[in-house]
Amino acid sequence: MRIEVRNLVQGYGKHNVLDEISFEAETGEITAVLGPNGSGKSTLIRTICDLMPPVSGNVMLDGTDVHDIDVTDFAKLVSYVPQSSDAGVYTTVLETVLLGRKPYVTWNYRDKDIQYALDAMRLMNVSRYASRNVTDLSGGQRQRVFIARSLAQCPSFYIFDEPTSALDLKHQMNTMIRMREVIRTNGSGMIVALHDMNLALNYTDRVIMLKNGRIHAHGPPEETITEENIREVYGVESRIVETEVGRYILPISPLNMEDDDP
Amino acid sequence: MIGENKSNIAISDVDIVRDFETSRKRKVVFMTILVVSCAVASIWALGVGGIMVPFMDVVRSLFHNLLPGIVDPASESYYPVIVTSYRAPRVIMGLLTGSCLAVAGASMQSILKNPLADPFTLGLSSAASCGAGLAIAFGPALLGTTYYMSASIWGQTITIGWLFTVVMAFGFGLISTFILLSTIRGKVASKSTMILTGVVIGYLFSAVLSYLKYVSDEGTLKEITDWLLGGMWGASWSSVMIVLPIAVIGIVLLESYAFELNTLSCGDDVAKNLGVDVKKLRVKVLLVCTMISSACIAFTGIIGFVGLMAPHIVRMIIGNDNRYLIPISALLGSLILVCCDALARVIVAPDDLPVGIIMYVIGGLFFFFLIKRMRGGYEL
Repeated sequence: MRIEVRNLVQGYGKHNVLDEISFEAETGEITAVLGPNGSGKSTLIRTICDLMPPVSGNVMLDGTDVHDIDVTDFAKLVSYVPQSSDAGVYTTVLETVLLGRKPYVTWNYRDKDIQYALDAMRLMNVSRYASRNVTDLSGGQRQRVFIARSLAQCPSFYIFDEPTSALDLKHQMNTMIRMREVIRTNGSGMIVALHDMNLALNYTDRVIMLKNGRIHAHGPPEETITEENIREVYGVESRIVETEVGRYILPISPLNMEDDDP
Repeated sequence: MIGENKSNIAISDVDIVRDFETSRKRKVVFMTILVVSCAVASIWALGVGGIMVPFMDVVRSLFHNLLPGIVDPASESYYPVIVTSYRAPRVIMGLLTGSCLAVAGASMQSILKNPLADPFTLGLSSAASCGAGLAIAFGPALLGTTYYMSASIWGQTITIGWLFTVVMAFGFGLISTFILLSTIRGKVASKSTMILTGVVIGYLFSAVLSYLKYVSDEGTLKEITDWLLGGMWGASWSSVMIVLPIAVIGIVLLESYAFELNTLSCGDDVAKNLGVDVKKLRVKVLLVCTMISSACIAFTGIIGFVGLMAPHIVRMIIGNDNRYLIPISALLGSLILVCCDALARVIVAPDDLPVGIIMYVIGGLFFFFLIKRMRGGYEL
């Protein structure tokens, strides 16, 4: 399966946040969307998930405009995890994860649905909280519950908006490793907005670097995440260090402290 | 984190499924307890009033005609008349009103993601009662003889005037709902903005009602004031026959939206991603809530806070799954209102106290309790 973003323009009122964005994402791959604050990452993610109609251009899923796909069918194809999710009071972790089965269930959860939820919770390491209320968990634990909900949805594409931002170091890596396993074994795909370029460099297959709503660079991570691009997009001087366990970015200094834009 | 050390103990899938099943059973048991409590409370309420009818005599009055061989007749010959003709419609109206207001409250809280939402706090009750008040005051002049025309259904007379009152209550309820919807359009307004809008809507319609009282003659004034305080004395078999189908259809409809309502706990975007048309659902749910609350309010006047108390108590006991929350809130709302109405008949017996007054006191205290909980991050 393939998600194709074509000449996408998106904005709020007269202000365009995304300008002429075009790229493709395939199943079997993790595509990272990188960029500084306000570069349009979340807007791009929301538009791909058909949560905002584009100003112009379109998002196609295997040749069909996402807006023309029936909402329940779309829910079986694409699952979305926002940067921060609401958590319902008096709703347990298992109940929250089971909501991911909504597109497949009309009223009662079948044994199969519960099994999907159990597997998803185990993968995200939240089984031990299954009977606890989501509101009793920490921000990072909650985020893992929401990722588990999205796993239980069994889609073709996982579209996550900074899923690791609330997580501690171990769970950041764990989440990316687990998601990569899921994508390799299920043949699904993932588009993920990330803040941490080291995660993008080591766990993703393609990178889209956004700057002021436009694609600045696009391609395999080692070709896209370069010292030059980091300087131009983030306004940060950095070094990319080759180690025996991989390539890592070492931020050195910001170029212009006074300027808000990179 | 909270309990992190304790929760490091491994939990198997079998344990999780067992816990899930236990919690489902607990919901069913709670529901059964409430059904029985409602039945017992109703029978007790049928016996309470100016003339006290003993519990067993109420049972005999109700079931002797149905099962003459098994159930003995009541000890006094006038008991069955008191129980079935005078008190039964009142108790049934209490059951219906309690369930409608509680279900409307539960659904409004879920759809607006606001724990303080209910027909009363959002101004719907004031609007509907304003419509009904106008119908009562001006209906006869407006409709002429048509107002008094009636039809007989199963031996009960239903006048056009009553239907007109219900329609007016619904119409005005709709106005308040549209005002509310227009203020929250685009994105969900903050919880306090929403309640403030409700308070303002309430004031607007109360102003119309106050004017109505001001220009009314003494008889009508007393009638409107009594009715506004909220009471079941307007109940008759005829009014029950109007409210019953509306309540049943409305509650069944809201229950059918329960699963979709559950997804809203994760936020509008996630609900939409799970295949729910959030905008359409919000309009549908609010319309049905307006319909069932208005129908009850047209006959009982304003009864506040049932829609807050019942769903929140239920949530604390069985959680926030709307598939269970809606029917169980209906039962608890019925139980609360029937008990309070019976209490209203006992406190100043042989006179009647409007049940609305009792609900203001109990509900008001509960409102404070909720506000206090919300400070601790009580979200829906």
